Amino acid sequence: MNVSVQSNPHTLAKGDTLLAVENVSLAFGGVKAITDVSFDIKKGEIRAIIGPNGAGKTSMLNVINGFYHPQQGRITFKGETRQKMRPYVAASQGIARTFQNVALFKGMSTLDNIMAGRTLKMKTGLFWQLWRHGPAMREEVEHRHVVEEIIDFLEIQAIRKTPVGKLPYGLQKRVELGRALAMEPDLLLLDEPMAGMNLEEKEDMSRFIIDVNTQYGTTIALIEHDMGVVMDLSDRVVVLEYGRKIADGTPAAVKSDQKVIDAYLGVPH
Amino acid sequence: MHSLYMVLIDPFVQMVSAPDLFLQTIWEGLVAGVLYALIALGFVLIFKASGVFNFAQGMMVVFAGLTLIAFQDLGVPAPLALILAVGVMYLMAVTIERTVLRPLVNQPDIILFMATFGITYILIGVGEMIFGGEPKDVNTKAFMLPQGSLEIPAFGGFVQLQKIDIAAAIIAALMIGALAFFFQKTRIGRALRAVADSHKAALSVGISLNQIWVIVWFAAGIVALVAGIMWGARSNVSFALQVVALKALPVLILGGFTSIPGAIIGGLIIGIGEKIGEFYWGPLMGGGIESWLAYLIALGFLLFRPQGLFGEKIIERI
Amino acid sequence: MFYREAGQYKTSYPSDMAVFPIAQDRIGIGLILAAAFIFIPMVASDFIMSSVMIPFLVFSLAAIGLNILTGYTGLISLGTGAFMGVGAYACYKLTTIFPGVNIIVWIIVSGFFSAFVGIIFGIPSLRIKGFYLAVATLAAQFFLQWCFVRIPWLYNYNASGAIEVGTRTLFGIPIVGPNATPEVRYYVLLCIVVALTWIASNIVHGRIGRSWMAVRDMDIAAELMGIKLLDTKLLAFAVSSFYAGVAGACMMFLWYGGGEASDAFNINQSFNILFMVIIGGLGSLIGSFFGAAFISMLPTVLKFGLPAIGIPLSGATAEHLIHIMVGGLIIFFLIVEPHGLARLWQIGKQKLRMWPFPY
Repeated sequence: MNVSVQSNPHTLAKGDTLLAVENVSLAFGGVKAITDVSFDIKKGEIRAIIGPNGAGKTSMLNVINGFYHPQQGRITFKGETRQKMRPYVAASQGIARTFQNVALFKGMSTLDNIMAGRTLKMKTGLFWQLWRHGPAMREEVEHRHVVEEIIDFLEIQAIRKTPVGKLPYGLQKRVELGRALAMEPDLLLLDEPMAGMNLEEKEDMSRFIIDVNTQYGTTIALIEHDMGVVMDLSDRVVVLEYGRKIADGTPAAVKSDQKVIDAYLGVPH
Repeated sequence: MHSLYMVLIDPFVQMVSAPDLFLQTIWEGLVAGVLYALIALGFVLIFKASGVFNFAQGMMVVFAGLTLIAFQDLGVPAPLALILAVGVMYLMAVTIERTVLRPLVNQPDIILFMATFGITYILIGVGEMIFGGEPKDVNTKAFMLPQGSLEIPAFGGFVQLQKIDIAAAIIAALMIGALAFFFQKTRIGRALRAVADSHKAALSVGISLNQIWVIVWFAAGIVALVAGIMWGARSNVSFALQVVALKALPVLILGGFTSIPGAIIGGLIIGIGEKIGEFYWGPLMGGGIESWLAYLIALGFLLFRPQGLFGEKIIERI
Repeated sequence: MFYREAGQYKTSYPSDMAVFPIAQDRIGIGLILAAAFIFIPMVASDFIMSSVMIPFLVFSLAAIGLNILTGYTGLISLGTGAFMGVGAYACYKLTTIFPGVNIIVWIIVSGFFSAFVGIIFGIPSLRIKGFYLAVATLAAQFFLQWCFVRIPWLYNYNASGAIEVGTRTLFGIPIVGPNATPEVRYYVLLCIVVALTWIASNIVHGRIGRSWMAVRDMDIAAELMGIKLLDTKLLAFAVSSFYAGVAGACMMFLWYGGGEASDAFNINQSFNILFMVIIGGLGSLIGSFFGAAFISMLPTVLKFGLPAIGIPLSGATAEHLIHIMVGGLIIFFLIVEPHGLARLWQIGKQKLRMWPFPY
């Protein structure tokens, strides 16, 4: 594991590189999911990752998270460079994410799901947990305050105690966002947060994403298919096709890039 | 120092110094392995085609064997008893499909797995009530199964092979060949594999889940019947067999849950491994290590190759 | 009309997060405890104590243990019987070597031995899931069972191979052994069970319980949120085996008073506890009690209840009937209510909140 500290991670300013992937390649057996992709994400920006189906977008997020380990390439996060990320390291260093197919804990309520997101921040040990009343309870209340703020922010007070399995899809996605926010991440990875939503829900979700970015300063990387959302929300866009990067730049630049247009129209090459 | 020698060197010395005994042990292991493989085969059939891990397979072996013996005891001639027993297994398949599988059709696999615990217990209760709890013998003469043994000279001594065991191996091989052919080459076999992959997708192309399940549980029932006969012919059929049948689980872990050749090879490896372990290392530990050795072997495998020798590597996607 | 929440406002987070937020529930629990501590010893005969209440309590404890592992964390275990055995033998050895120390202390300490063994057999669980894990726990079950028989040191080189329980006292009253009355044993057991249930409830309602459920529901997401899978799973094995071990020690010392242990801790016992947890409700502490009550009382009910209403039943037939009924009930519950009796209880309470109105 190479550790080359390029800058003190705690003094990254807005505009500095928060995350960089260099020459990452990932294959499953014979299937090449990602081939030699490099891009960076700057602190404080909203970065969109787009591309036709099968382009390797979710795989890319999985690599950043540490769920998949690339065969080649390096990941630099907050100044530390690694061959591969480990999930615990990614989480504890401040990377949170939502999933394409909502990965909520279906057996628990909204409140418990979001409280689960606070697990990393909860420190009372097994001994105090046995008695509940005392330090463990104080910690629960402390984190409950934070979670309630998130619940207020996402306007999901009414479904606080509802088991998430019973919620409609749009609300489930919102709860999942809440759970990710509970981790107070520096980098938030959103995998198709608008999928399956109607116009109103998309507007709500977009508003939340922008608010998270502006109010909390969270850097956001988002995979999205809705071009309107991508153009409106993102500062920069990276385009993948068949596992390779074909464009990288501002939304306007990418939109008019011929390679991107060809990719989406399915022009064979 | 001495104990290290006893564990690491001496068993091999024993193997080499009495090779006929070693071969005999291997043969015993092979025989046990064939029977394990037959039981595992039933598991694989059901798992391959319905995704259900049928914990009741062992009990089905016992039940099938006891049914056959019951018919024979009633004086029914052997071929007819066989057909009747097959009929009973068919009825069992239909009943299970209707009362257990159909209501649980979209539940997660774990629920279906637990439901097979329920089936096991019902079979135990019904079996005890109808057949009584004592071990029963299979009338092997009536089935024209060979008696006696062969002695093959080897390495200065000889190896004794029971003819019934040879017959068991041959019958097992034939059955496996037939099943493999059935799965790969026939239309129904293809439908079975489709159902194993996705119930909903199979339904959407018009495959009748209910029919498929009846077919596959019936097939597993026949395999169970054969296993019961073979096992009963060697010793006897009793409810204790149900626990022995649990040995099929390590077989499945070795061979992979969805592979027919895997079940065979896994069965043979476990059978031989067990017998050799018990014979050469068992005395060092006070004996009786057969009760857990197979599971330990399987556990070791799980740690290094969770999908078994032949299973498909599971790639999790999120 | 009496089970309403109206007017009960929660003005602080701690009161909202209480285990029994509704006042009527608190009264209910109070009544149950009163019944257990006062009422039952007054009215129940020695026979009911020994054959119904004591087994029920022992099994409840074991069921809580298995529920923590399988119900809350989603790790199937077929080795509960063996872990109970570890507790029993640990207690036996401890009280043989240190007879002066109070037996209750040893009963609790033997849980730690069981927990330790549980951790060892839980280590493979990081890479193995579902049915595969069940097979790994079978390895534990058969191996430990073999140990119980083949390691004579465990049963003090007795000729019978059985655990022999001498008299142990607390404040001068025999609580263990041939002189201990069912009443005394019941009280000791009840105190142990109530205390350990309270602790289990505390664990399960906090951070650790949430981590377990997260691992059960979606372990990948849990891992990516920073929940350490191996630590969480091993803790589940440890706590679960602790409860099973204490239950096993209680079984030998407070219930059986010694005896042939290989029957009490075999694979059938493991299945027994698993069925209690399935029927009672996976992931529910109260479900563990329901399931334990159901399965432990069913044989007695059948043996005495059926002849009482005129259906003659031999002991053996009752056994067979029980097998069929248990099997049938498992399938029934899995079809109708996979969350077991606990969910039916919850639904019942929901209806009670509306009563006498239909909706």
